[in-house]
Amino acid sequence: MSEDIKKFLYVNRKAPYGTIYALESLEVVLIGAAFDQDVSLAFLDDGVFQLTKGQDTKEIGVKNFSPTFRALGDYEVTKLFVERESLDERGLSADDLQDIVWEDEDDDYAEKPSIRIISRAEMADIMADQDVILSF
Amino acid sequence: MGWLAQDDERFFPYPFLRGSNVKFGIVVSEGPYTHQASDTAYNFAKSALEAGHEVPRVFFYHDGVNVGTRLSIPPQDERNIQQQWSALGSEHGIDLVICIAAAQRRGLLDEKEASRQGKDANNIAEGFRISGLGQLIEMGIQTDRLMTFGD
Amino acid sequence: MATLHTVNKSPFATGALLSCIAHAKDGDTVLMIEDGVYGASSGTNVSDALTARAGSVTLCVLGPDFAARGLATDRMLDGIKSVDYAGFVELAASNDRTQAWL
Repeated sequence: MSEDIKKFLYVNRKAPYGTIYALESLEVVLIGAAFDQDVSLAFLDDGVFQLTKGQDTKEIGVKNFSPTFRALGDYEVTKLFVERESLDERGLSADDLQDIVWEDEDDDYAEKPSIRIISRAEMADIMADQDVILSF
Repeated sequence: MGWLAQDDERFFPYPFLRGSNVKFGIVVSEGPYTHQASDTAYNFAKSALEAGHEVPRVFFYHDGVNVGTRLSIPPQDERNIQQQWSALGSEHGIDLVICIAAAQRRGLLDEKEASRQGKDANNIAEGFRISGLGQLIEMGIQTDRLMTFGD
Repeated sequence: MATLHTVNKSPFATGALLSCIAHAKDGDTVLMIEDGVYGASSGTNVSDALTARAGSVTLCVLGPDFAARGLATDRMLDGIKSVDYAGFVELAASNDRTQAWL
C-alpha cells in the first residue's frame, strides 16, 4: 500500500430518515471511493439502524436509500464494521441486517460478506487505527 | 513534524510553538445562529492560525452551507458569522468551500449556478466558493488533522 | 498514537459522552465542548463513569463553554483539565487524529 493512501473511517452513529446524516454519509462514501483510499465504515449506537432489512419509505415521501448499501461492493467499499453491543442494546441481531456482499476478483469473484460484527473493544481498536475519521 | 525532540527545551526553546505547522482541515456541518458549531469552528480556526498552524480549507456541509449567504442580516449587536469567516478567509487565504449538493437543496447559489439553473438571484458571500464533496475527501487527504464541528 | 475525542452534547440528552469514553483508548484525550461541558460537573449520573476512566484517559473541558453556561468551577469533577481555544488547538495538534462524537 503506497504512502499516500490514508485510512478513512466513516463513523455512523445516527438512525436514518429522522435526520439527513445517514444519507449524507453514504454520499460521501460513494464520492470518496473515487479517491482510492483505504475506506472502512463503522456502525455503532443508533447507526446500526441504518442497515436493517425491510425499510419502506413510501408513505413518508423520502427516498429509501438502504438498497445503496448493497452496491458499496461495486465501489470497492467492503469493510462495514457493526458493533455487537449496539445491536444487543437495541434488541437487534445480525439476522435483522441486510445481506451485503462484495465480489472478490482475486478469488474467482466469490461473494463475501461486507458486514463484520465486532465487539466494542474491537471497534475501539479500529477507530484508533485510522488517519482520518469522518463523523456523521 | 518533529525532526528532533521537541519536548527537550534545549533543542526547542519555544514551547508555544510546539507541534507548529499542523495543517487543519475543518468541517462545519450545522447552520449558523441555530447551533454553536460554526462559532466553535471559527474560534478554533482563529486560534489555530494565531498559533502558527495552517487552515488551508474549511468545508461547509449540511445546514452549515447557510454560513455562506451574503444576504443574512443579524442584529448589529450580534456577531456576523458570514463576515467573520469571510474576513478570516481573506486574511489567511483559507479556501471556504460550500458543498454544492447541500447548497442547491437549500437555495445557496453562486452567479454561474444561478444562471445555469435559470434562477433570478445568487447569494454567495465573498471568499466562499461552491464545489463538490470531493473537496472534503481531498481535504482529508491533504491535511494533517480533520476537525468536525456539527450536531 | 493517540486520539483527541470531542463531545458536544449534554450527557443528559444523548449517549455520545458515554459512548465516547467507552471507545476511547488509554492515553487518549476526551474534550467536552459546547453542551458537552455539562458532563464535567460532579455529582451527576455520569460522574462515576467519567471518574472510572480518569486514570487512563485525559479528561478536558473547553473553559469558555463551561463559563458561558454559568457552571461552577468548584463543582467540576476532580481530574478534569480546563483548556481555552488555544489549548484545544494544542490538543488537536499533539494527538495523531481527532474524532468528533456528534
